[in-house]
Amino acid sequence: MNAPLKSSALAAKVGDVDVITIRRDFPILNQQINGHTLAYLDNAASAQHPQSVIDAISRYYQHDHANVHRGVHTLSQRATEQYEGAREVVRQFINASSSKEIIFTRGTTEAINLVAESFVRPRVKPGNEILISALEHHANIVPWQHVCKYTGAILKIIPITEQGEVDFAAFEQMIGSRTKLLALTHVSNALGTIVPVEKFISVAKRLGVPVLLDGAQAVPHSSVDVQKLDCDFYCFSAHKLCGPTGIGVLYGREKILNAMPPWQGGGDMILTVSFEKTTYNQLPWKFEAGTPHIAGAIGMAAAIRYLQALNMNHIAAYESQLLHYATEQLQRISGLRIIGTATHKAAVVSFVMQGIHPHDLGTILDSQGIAIRTGHHCAMPVMTFFKIPATARASFAFYNTFAEIDQLVAALHSAREMLM
Amino acid sequence: MDLKELYRDVIVDHNKHPRNFGKIDHADAHADGHNPLCGDQLTVTVKLDGDVISDVKFEGSGCAISTASASLMTEAVHGKSKQQFNSLHDQVHDMLTRHDSTIDPMSLGKLGALSGVREFPARVKCASLCWHTLQAALQNQNQLVSTE
Ligand SMILES: Cc1ncc(COP(=O)(O)O)c(C=O)c1O
Repeated sequence: MNAPLKSSALAAKVGDVDVITIRRDFPILNQQINGHTLAYLDNAASAQHPQSVIDAISRYYQHDHANVHRGVHTLSQRATEQYEGAREVVRQFINASSSKEIIFTRGTTEAINLVAESFVRPRVKPGNEILISALEHHANIVPWQHVCKYTGAILKIIPITEQGEVDFAAFEQMIGSRTKLLALTHVSNALGTIVPVEKFISVAKRLGVPVLLDGAQAVPHSSVDVQKLDCDFYCFSAHKLCGPTGIGVLYGREKILNAMPPWQGGGDMILTVSFEKTTYNQLPWKFEAGTPHIAGAIGMAAAIRYLQALNMNHIAAYESQLLHYATEQLQRISGLRIIGTATHKAAVVSFVMQGIHPHDLGTILDSQGIAIRTGHHCAMPVMTFFKIPATARASFAFYNTFAEIDQLVAALHSAREMLM
Repeated sequence: MDLKELYRDVIVDHNKHPRNFGKIDHADAHADGHNPLCGDQLTVTVKLDGDVISDVKFEGSGCAISTASASLMTEAVHGKSKQQFNSLHDQVHDMLTRHDSTIDPMSLGKLGALSGVREFPARVKCASLCWHTLQAALQNQNQLVSTE
């Protein structure tokens, strides 16, 4: 084994910016939890907000709030401008070709459900297949089970390997003329695996199978280009991106979205309504029934601007250093086993410790100010595959430090002492 | 928040060496318990002599609190009638959940070690799962008990 890395010898920088400076932008990080400095290592569940996001939301509520798309008065125009401006920020962030392709939803879950109900359900027949992987979050499993239940379609699961990678050879055997959709996670929330989705997409394209990507965990940690990916749908949530909860995005190819029937009905998604006939609005509003989460969209745009100012590539590079350091340090703890050892991973380390249940670890770490997630991470089939009830998961963001990883390691040692 | 209050020596010991761990063949009653939040699951099997619990075992997987609670429970309820069990169940529940509980933990013997749990609201369900499960078994509801 090489000489261990020392956190003090590592420069914590995102590009040229010191992480210490970055942390000052996040007021929530500067607090004591149970008498210890907070180490927030639960970013895969939800990330924290920079002051600029909090300010954008409060500025909107203090100065600009009104309903969108419906008033000639000044506030309504301001709200509309900012809401639609946010759409353009998102478009550019994922490089969609048109802002008509950006649908605001409540989050990843709702985006996937929209596609399930409006695109897949009307098109599938008994015996058709929907293909997902064994790595999926429940949000990319349950909507397809619904579709299958009501249509007689069959849900097929691409297996994963011991490393936690999606089995590409198996996938090639499984996809075929019966397949009506491939719905795949881009990055696994439970294990951190980065799925080489390009390979999967190119096979699917050759066979004319539409592809949906669950990008909830990918978008916060890498630059995503939906045109380069050549996927048909891409879904993500703002709250994993340092933005607010309750808002997310469905990207869809314009041609496909145009052909899809609306999902929910109500205000905003119509042009005219009479009791005889209703005509629907154009994209993207056709899929945004009712008053949307205006402040959410504005907050998401502020979060994206913040991340872009830091630069997604620099963020990815620093997070990969954190991952490398954490993996190395955790592996030195006896009885600790890392679950998910894919070649390419986002900054997520899932692990179990012999003789100590993850739930106890969660409590002991919390008593030392460390927030991690313990449980099945909404990916129960992944736990079943590894024959474990749960894992402890530390997930990092660009504002985490090497010292916080040391704090985690020290706390894990103390947990062993306490319970073993 | 003092962790030593939660992970007392008795709890650590019963987690490391759970008593009455396993399954009774030809049990008179059984029930499964499940805590979906953390994945804890356990099965309780009971042998009855008339109305009296003559043997009880548990198996499954869970955290230290849930394992120790189940282990302590199997020791405590041995030889108790259903009615005595119900009364003990209610006292333990009161001790686990109520800050103003009037139950003196000392009066419950070793079970008193579980009193620290009430300071950790996220962990109360871990400690109470086995008790609900045994109660269900005794009421002959051989069904799944869930904490959610
Ligand atoms: C991979 C993945 N997909 C989907 C979701 C669901 O996201 P949300 O709860 O924001 O809809 C999550 C979040 O936990 C996730 O990590």
